[in-house]
Amino acid sequence: MYLSIGCWRPVYMTKALFHTTLFRQLQQELLLLQGLRAPLDPELQDPGLGIINESFPHRAFPVGAVHEWISSSAEDAAATTGFIAGILGTLMRKGSCLWVSRHRNLFPPALSIFGITPDQVLFVEAPDPKQALWAIEEGLKCETLAAVVGEVPELGFTASRRLQLAVEKSRVTGFIHHRTNRVAENGACVSRWRIKPITSTLPGGMPGVGFPSWNVELCKIRNGRPGTWKVQWTPQGFFVLPEKITEQALIIKKAG
Amino acid sequence: MRRYLSIWFPALLADRALRLRPELKDTPFIIAAPQRGRLMVKAVSPPALKKGIVQGMAVADGKALLPELKVFHYKAGAEEKLLNRLAEWCLRFTPVVAADLPDGILLDISGCPHLWGGEPSYRDTIISNLTASGYQVRAGIADTVGAAWAIARFETTHFIAAPGQQEAALNALPPAALRLDPSVLERLQKLGFAHTGSFMAMPATVLRRRFGQQLLTRMGQALGHLPEAPVPLQPAAVFREQLSCTEPVHTRVAIDMALETLLERLCNSLQQAGRGLRSAVFKIDTVEGGSQQIFIGTNRPVRNTGHLLKLFEPKIATIAPGMGIEVFTLEAPAVEALSGRQEAIWNTLGGADTGTELAGLLDRIAGRMGDAAIKRYLPAEHYWPERSVVPGGLFEQTGTSWRSDRPRPVYLLPKPALVVVAAPVPDYPPMLFRYRGKVHKIAKADGPERIEQEWWLEQGLVRDYYVVEDEEGARYWLFRSGHYGEEKPQWFLHGFFA
Repeated sequence: MYLSIGCWRPVYMTKALFHTTLFRQLQQELLLLQGLRAPLDPELQDPGLGIINESFPHRAFPVGAVHEWISSSAEDAAATTGFIAGILGTLMRKGSCLWVSRHRNLFPPALSIFGITPDQVLFVEAPDPKQALWAIEEGLKCETLAAVVGEVPELGFTASRRLQLAVEKSRVTGFIHHRTNRVAENGACVSRWRIKPITSTLPGGMPGVGFPSWNVELCKIRNGRPGTWKVQWTPQGFFVLPEKITEQALIIKKAG
Repeated sequence: MRRYLSIWFPALLADRALRLRPELKDTPFIIAAPQRGRLMVKAVSPPALKKGIVQGMAVADGKALLPELKVFHYKAGAEEKLLNRLAEWCLRFTPVVAADLPDGILLDISGCPHLWGGEPSYRDTIISNLTASGYQVRAGIADTVGAAWAIARFETTHFIAAPGQQEAALNALPPAALRLDPSVLERLQKLGFAHTGSFMAMPATVLRRRFGQQLLTRMGQALGHLPEAPVPLQPAAVFREQLSCTEPVHTRVAIDMALETLLERLCNSLQQAGRGLRSAVFKIDTVEGGSQQIFIGTNRPVRNTGHLLKLFEPKIATIAPGMGIEVFTLEAPAVEALSGRQEAIWNTLGGADTGTELAGLLDRIAGRMGDAAIKRYLPAEHYWPERSVVPGGLFEQTGTSWRSDRPRPVYLLPKPALVVVAAPVPDYPPMLFRYRGKVHKIAKADGPERIEQEWWLEQGLVRDYYVVEDEEGARYWLFRSGHYGEEKPQWFLHGFFA
C-alpha cells in the first residue's frame, strides 16, 4: 500500500509532511468507521465553544452523537442543564427538541436566555426509566428532531450502545443527563462531561451575581483530548475564560 | 305529492334542563337571556308556569311574583344545537329532516309512513318516543310545510290533514298559524279577523294593499300554491369501512392485510372529504359471534396509511381470532379537518420535514404512555412563576411572547422548599441559609424582585425574590414570603440557576 501511494507522491512533498497527511487521512477514515462524521455544515452547527473545539475530533462539537453528562447534586444538574441548553440553542435552528424525563424540574422560561424558544421543546414525561429510554431511543431515530435530551437515572452499556447506533443513522444529537454519585460505567457514548457551577464575575468587578459560569470537565472524548475549562455564558454565547485568569482566581481562592 | 310532518316542542329548553337534572322536577325555574339590557324569561318550567310566569316576562317581574324562582342563564345557540341533535335522531323516520328554529323540527315524510302502518301510527310512534325521553311535543301532518306547522301549533283535535285538505284544516285556526310578523298579526286582530278562514277567500290585491306581500306568500305556502323547500339536515359523514371474508381467517398475515386494505380505503375517503382522523377503531367479528376491537388515537389529524398501520401494529397481537374472523370493520369516530394551515404550523415545529415523521414519533409515545405524557409549554401572562407557563396543545399558537428580561432559574422546585436563614437587615438578602442540612454562605446576591400575588386569582403574601450565589459558586433563587413587621417572614428556596 505504501509503495502504491508512494508512486503518486508529488516530488516537492517531504517525507515528514507526507506522513502527516497520510496519518490525517487514516485518522479521518477511522473516525468514519467509528461513526463520527464531520459536521455537514460546521458553521451552522457550531455552538461557539471556542478553544474547547480543539479537543474534539474534526475540531467541532460532535453532532449526531450521544453525549453523556453526569451531575451529583441539584446545583450541578442545573449547571449541566444550562450548558446543554447553550449547545441546544445552536442545534435547534435545525428543528425542535425532545426532552425526556421522569419528573420535569426544568422551568421552560429559563431556556429563552440560552437562545431557545421554549415552546419548540417537546417534553415527554415517562412513567419509569425503561419507558424513558425507549422514548429517547425512538426520538434519536427521528431525523426531524435536532436533538434529544434524556434525563435518566443511569445508562447501561447496552442501552448506550443502542442509542449510539440510533444516532449514527439519523444524525440526531443526544444528550443523556444523569444524576448519580456513583462512578460511571463505561458506555458507548462519544463523550462524558461533568459541569459544576463556579463563582461568577461581572465585568469591571461590579457587585452582584454575574453570568452563569461553570467548570466544564470533559472527562472522556473518543478520539479527542479530555480537558477542563472555565466557561461563562454571556449574552453573546459561550465564553471560555483564559487559563491565566482562572489560575489566578484559583490562587486567590486557595489563599482565602 | 309531498307530505310533511311538523313537530313542535312547546317547552324545549325547560324540558332539556329537566332531562339533564331530574331533581329540578318540582322546583320552579326559568332560563333567562339578556335582551336590550334586561334579563328576559326565555323558558319556563311547569311549576313556574303554574305560578303565572310566562315567556317574554322580565326576570325581575318573575322574581317579584315568586321570590324562590331559580334562574339559569341561557347559552346562545342552545336550541339550535339541541334541535339539530333531535333532527339527527329523527333521521330514522325519514331521510329528509330539517331543524325548524326556534322550537320545531320538520320532516318530509313522503313515502315513509306506510312502513309504520300509516300516518296515525307513524305520528304516534314519533310522539311517544320523544315523550318517553322527556320532551313535550305536538305534531301535525299536512301536504305543505306551512299547514303542518300550523296544525302542530294551533290545532287541538285533528292533527292529520288529509291530502289536499289543508285549506279546510287552516280555516278554523287563528291568523298566527300562518307564520306572520307581529305587526301584520296586530293589524289583522284590529280589523277583527279571528280566523284565517275569514280572510283567506278575499281577493289577493285587497290583501296585498292592506297587509303586504308577506301575508300572501305565507298563505300561498300554507295552501300549496307557492313552493317552500326546507333545508334538510346534512348528517355528518361516517368514515367506516368494512371487509367481509369469504372464508374465516385467523393468521396474523391475513389480519395485517385486511387492516391495510381497510386503512387504504378509509384514507381515500378521508382525502376526498379533506379530513384526517384523530382516532380509529378496528373491530373484528369472529365465527363464534364474539367481537373484539383495538383503538388508536393520534395527536393531529392523519390520513397516512403507513403511519396508521404503524400505530395499530403493536396492538394487533392482542386480537384473539379464535375459530376465525369473518368481518373486519374500521371506523374513524373522531375526524378533523386537515388543512394546509395546520401543516404549515407543524412545519415550524418539525423543521424542514413535513412533520409526518415527528407526528409519527409523538403518536407512538402517546400510544405507549398516554396523551398526558407529551407536553409543550406556552407563556402565560402571569408574573407568579408557577403560573407563568401553561401546557399547550401541539398546534396551539400563542399571542404572548416569552419574557427574558428577568432572571429565571433553570430548575424550579414544584413546591418552594422552606429554608432557615440568617438575614441581617430587613429587605436585605440573607447571609446564609440552610437547605437539606447543608449551610450555604451567600457571597453574592441580586434583588429583590417583588412579585405580588395575583389577588384576582388567589389571596396570598407577596414574594421578594433574590438571586444568590454561595461561596462555592452555586446559584439559587430564594424568596421571602410576606413583609417584615407583620409576621415573622419565612424564606423559601424556589429554584436553581445554571
